[in-house]
Amino acid sequence: MRKPGTAAVPARLRPLPLAVACAALAVSVLAGLLSGAADLPAGGVLKALLDLVPGVDVESGLSLIEWNVLVELRLPRVLMGALVGGLLALAGAGYQGVFRNPLADPYLLGAAAGAGVGATLVIVTLPAAPEFGVPLAAFVGALGGVLLAYTLGSMAGRGNGPGAATLVLAGVAVSSFLAAVQTFLQQLKVQELERIYSWILGGVGAADWRGLAMIAPYALVSTLVLLAHGRLLDVLAVGDEEASALGLSAARVRLVVLVAASLATACAVAVSGLIGFVGIVVPHVVRRLAGGSYRVVLPLSLLAGAAFLTLVDLLARTVVAPGELPLGVVTAFIGAPFFVMVLRATRGQVRT
Amino acid sequence: MTVKVAGLGVELDRRPILTGVDLHVPEGSWTAVIGPNGAGKSTLLRAVLGLLDGVGSVTVAGRDLRALKARDRARLVAYAPQNPELPPGMSVFDYTLLGRAPYIPYLGRESVRDRTIASDVLERLHLTSFAGRDLAHLSGGERQRVVLARALAQQSPVLVLDEPTTALDIGHQQQVMELIDALRLADGLTIVTTLHDLTLAGQYADALVLLAQGRVAAAGTPAEVLTRATIARHFAANVRVTTGAGGRPVLSLERPC
Repeated sequence: MRKPGTAAVPARLRPLPLAVACAALAVSVLAGLLSGAADLPAGGVLKALLDLVPGVDVESGLSLIEWNVLVELRLPRVLMGALVGGLLALAGAGYQGVFRNPLADPYLLGAAAGAGVGATLVIVTLPAAPEFGVPLAAFVGALGGVLLAYTLGSMAGRGNGPGAATLVLAGVAVSSFLAAVQTFLQQLKVQELERIYSWILGGVGAADWRGLAMIAPYALVSTLVLLAHGRLLDVLAVGDEEASALGLSAARVRLVVLVAASLATACAVAVSGLIGFVGIVVPHVVRRLAGGSYRVVLPLSLLAGAAFLTLVDLLARTVVAPGELPLGVVTAFIGAPFFVMVLRATRGQVRT
Repeated sequence: MTVKVAGLGVELDRRPILTGVDLHVPEGSWTAVIGPNGAGKSTLLRAVLGLLDGVGSVTVAGRDLRALKARDRARLVAYAPQNPELPPGMSVFDYTLLGRAPYIPYLGRESVRDRTIASDVLERLHLTSFAGRDLAHLSGGERQRVVLARALAQQSPVLVLDEPTTALDIGHQQQVMELIDALRLADGLTIVTTLHDLTLAGQYADALVLLAQGRVAAAGTPAEVLTRATIARHFAANVRVTTGAGGRPVLSLERPC
């Protein structure tokens, strides 16, 4: 007889890790909103935030300039940092599930190189393009790069969609090719090098509400699709053939998850340039701390990635204030030692 | 349910692996596919699972397997591969629960019933105390039983097992084979296995099919197939065949003189 309560419980997102991740995100967002180059009074900021909640009316006591700094600069920037971090970490977890490889990252199939070509092309050929030109081109370029890799992979694979290994190889080829195109383009107009370079280094310093609104619909769709595929990625963990024997079309799951993860990646690179590290390390930390099921890894990566990048951006804009460090540099500079720490602390608990 | 294969031909990379293979496995019986390395045994199993395209027909209870959707197929035939992929970090219970995948809607989740079935299967295979154990921390015999548990959770009437005794010592081999036979009798399962140990195949299977170079070289009861002459011809091995309990043949290897 099985006693009640001793029945095994399947891997699920438990309330405690979820609460911890939500709390971490809330704390980082608050910290991001409370500190910055302009010295806003903490009480005023909190009251102003409350005032922004529909239906609540609180007198913040902030001057018009302070109000504008908070609502037009700081708030969109913090939200953008959180969104980009969440999307990159979630997309990374999705890629890792699809390729059954913990070393996969969101740029594996040419999203970064494609976005680079798009952004560089606009900067070089249309220097006077409207503000949204570069993000739009980066977005299209990222999706184009992945599409190219997937098409090439399908041509090389046999029927039934490309296998994971073929896709990775196609991604490597497409990335190198597009990187060469990007280098060629940027050499055409060396006077724009600085602008191109600063885009590549990545950052959310230019974030505004319009940028947020631009990517919000795609970000929402890709997030929902990815979060819904946790169980299927767990089935895929036994490999294509066994997954097929379990009644699952591995090729279809792979395609859907890749499309969603690439869309999420494209959103992130469009507004923030190339920020490495988040997509590969955040899912790992989550896996180490909360377990390897994708039903846990996907939602927690979203939250932890958002918290992580919010904090990193806070550091990037305060450490050398009034100057700023490029976000992509800080992610790795902070992230790498932190990652080593987590690896050491959880040694022997999880095999990756 | 009866498994029938007729005139099956499979090519991989334009190389014929199987040619004109017929197989008839009556409901509730156990058929073992034997043959030398590279004869196409695993390919035959994968074709029976509907994982490979080819000419000829594969039917289970009269239904064409390759015309079925993957999830309907998985409700008819369960599979335990020779080298199963055991994702490290996954628990035995979650792994067993994967067997319920053909019953869960695409974006759905496991029901209470699915979890109960998985728990019951674990209990039946005396694995309840392993439910929370990481797949990475199992011995060979435990691993084999866990893979069997996943296949049983599928509740399919046909069980296809590729070398279920690989890498097991003689005691665990016997244990796993007895377990499979007990499950077959209890649930009326139809079983198709490959087995490289001929004596073991002769002890448990109702019928043997000897594959050689992609064709059926001999088929019938163990006593009909496992003869000194047949083994010498297709395995190039020198064996003595004696008759053991129940008239089943026992093979012993002898040095050629």
